[in-house]
Amino acid sequence: MAAKAAGTGWRPTLHTDQQPRVGIRKTYKLFIGGGFPRSESGRTYQVDDRNIALASRKDLRDAVVAARGATRKWAGATAYNRGQILYRAAEMLEGRADEFAGLGVPAAEITAAVDRWVWYAGWTDKVTQVYGGANPVAGPYFNLSAPEPTGVVGVLAPTNSPLLGLVSVVAPVIATGNTAVVLAAEGYPVAAISLAETLATADLPGGVVNILTGRPAETAPWLAAHADVNALDLAGATDPELATALEEAAAGTLKRVLRPATTPVDWRADPGLTRLTTFLETKTVWHPKGT
Amino acid sequence: MPQFEYAPAPESRELASIQASYRLFIGGEFVDPTDGDVGKTVNPATEEVLAEVAEAGAADVDAAVRAARTAYEQVWGPMPGSERAKYLFRIARLIAERSRELAVLESLDNGKPIRESRDVDLPQVAAYFFYYAGWADKLPYAGFGPQPQPLGVAGQVIPWNFPLLMLAWKIAPALACGNTVVLKPAETTPLTALRFAEICQQADLPPGVVNIVTGAGETGAALVGHPGVDKLAFTGSTEVGKQIARRVAGTRKRLTLELGGKAANIVFDDAPVDQAVEGIVNGIFFNQGQVCCAGSRLLVQESVAEPLLAALRRRMATLRVGDPLDKNTDVGAVNSAAQLARITELAQAGAAEGAQPWSPPCQLPERGFWFAPTIFTGVTQAHRIAREEIFGPVLSVLTFRTPAEAVEKANNTPYGLSAGIWSEKGSRILSVADQLRAGVVWANTFNRFDPTSPFGGYRESGYGREGGRHGLEAYLAH
Repeated sequence: MAAKAAGTGWRPTLHTDQQPRVGIRKTYKLFIGGGFPRSESGRTYQVDDRNIALASRKDLRDAVVAARGATRKWAGATAYNRGQILYRAAEMLEGRADEFAGLGVPAAEITAAVDRWVWYAGWTDKVTQVYGGANPVAGPYFNLSAPEPTGVVGVLAPTNSPLLGLVSVVAPVIATGNTAVVLAAEGYPVAAISLAETLATADLPGGVVNILTGRPAETAPWLAAHADVNALDLAGATDPELATALEEAAAGTLKRVLRPATTPVDWRADPGLTRLTTFLETKTVWHPKGT
Repeated sequence: MPQFEYAPAPESRELASIQASYRLFIGGEFVDPTDGDVGKTVNPATEEVLAEVAEAGAADVDAAVRAARTAYEQVWGPMPGSERAKYLFRIARLIAERSRELAVLESLDNGKPIRESRDVDLPQVAAYFFYYAGWADKLPYAGFGPQPQPLGVAGQVIPWNFPLLMLAWKIAPALACGNTVVLKPAETTPLTALRFAEICQQADLPPGVVNIVTGAGETGAALVGHPGVDKLAFTGSTEVGKQIARRVAGTRKRLTLELGGKAANIVFDDAPVDQAVEGIVNGIFFNQGQVCCAGSRLLVQESVAEPLLAALRRRMATLRVGDPLDKNTDVGAVNSAAQLARITELAQAGAAEGAQPWSPPCQLPERGFWFAPTIFTGVTQAHRIAREEIFGPVLSVLTFRTPAEAVEKANNTPYGLSAGIWSEKGSRILSVADQLRAGVVWANTFNRFDPTSPFGGYRESGYGREGGRHGLEAYLAH
């Protein structure tokens, strides 16, 4: 059965009675628009002896196009529907726990990641009620504030938690109807693409989550400056110089920026609402009351 | 029908009692600047110099930030919210008591009609302080965690279009949450902020809780770049907002921005024409159009464009342009020569690009900064007057055929602050409101504000909300 050789990752080799069987190895590719393309650049880099797609600037642009294309349908879906799909992601992840265990992800982190999907699945149809509401203006007006998704969110995945950290930054972004372009942590591409495979089978519309493996330091500046990206989560920008440069680039189009924490985040802790509300806009609608 | 002439109904400017020169307000005292310059503030309606005003230099800004820090650590931060509330209620009452004086001063310094400063700005200013005063002892119930904490010293930079109202939007929530502030008013409209400093003294507000540093861009830049500032709030142009966002990159300073807009005011074929016309006029000519959420792009359904525009022209012909202190004035002076130049330049670009301007016949005063209310028809989405914020009494008229086209045109802008919808059909209003990328949507009304109602934009109109429960978030750690 599955076995993990130290330092080289997971390689299934199934034996029959007669003779050893040559295993089928997986080609790890990008996740863009619901599909799994190779990098258009043809480049790869190696992690644990695997060839990982090294995303290019063009791949990033494609991912943003896919994410933008998915916004209307995803933001327009009912909160109930989004909740169903996020819960489905939990189901898919639970079913693939062995695979992530084989990748060396600790069991506690896998179950915590599953539970995190469940937590955010329950938020999709509550955040509007908790974060919005009626405003008692001094006059005969109906006045209501409700949160709306901000649009396409660029995410630098955390570098200290391959699965739980990744789920903790992706789930809140999409729970509220945003779409995401995620730059996987350079050292954890396999868990990221495996997660993409769970999402691809969770009824998530193509393009809602796009995951690029490679070197965030190379692609992130283009993401931060991209005029069709509305916000940035810099969770994985642990290099302060990079984080500053990305925040400066984001200023050019006034993207909403969630800065990286100053101390390493404990992803097992209660996530609170900050990640959920940072990528929301509040829309207030006025209408006269009268007969 | 006979035309009735209006007799002049001037408000007395004596109420404003303006000093010859003004100093900085730091640590509860008016002090001379140590390294700054001196500027002048003029009455835009007459070009008369109203007063000399100190311009704070870097050392002055530093002194103000230090005074705010001391007050935060020693007095205001530790003070129970219930006590902070009382000071804010006092301020709200003092503003209401002195509202006539403040309204006259505002109209003199800004050029806005007394009708607006008296009936809109001042009541709102008092209401914002009153509203946020009530939050000061209820913060754990605001939804931002059970133990919400202030951030520290807030640096606040505000514009010239609503000098005292923007001050209230900034100072009231900051103080309610336990922060102390250093506020820089706009260089062309510092007088009411300095009068507000006197009100702080009259309220016995502890020294250093509110500091006012007057000056221009350099003073603002010194405040933005000061390492002792924990939070920055800026209202102004998108261009400067981007500079500030770049400047705070890599710091831990929190930032909220309330920037420009190019609001679409969408009129459907079933809209009540007279109400829509009033809304359009209010949307673009209120405060001479110098409003970030002004309805500067009128999108009219093609089938009603002709009668609507005819009614709009009739209504515009009744607008009275002139002396801001006359109680009958609808449209006052543009705030500065620089702003007038910008409006003029963009209006000329509109004509040069092929749009047709129209203004009602009106006699503009010879001195001062004036621009007649203007509409442009035949505007396309590519025209500069349909894309750039003019910040003046200039309306661009475009047409559409279907709700989908209206939404597409409305959202065809990098801004996303506000929008208007005029229709008698409720389901259409709600559907279109859903699709508009704007922070405030006024349906069958326009330019309404209230302290309980959050205000702020999407996209390049900035981030964060002011007003309401949401407005507290900008001043609380979480």
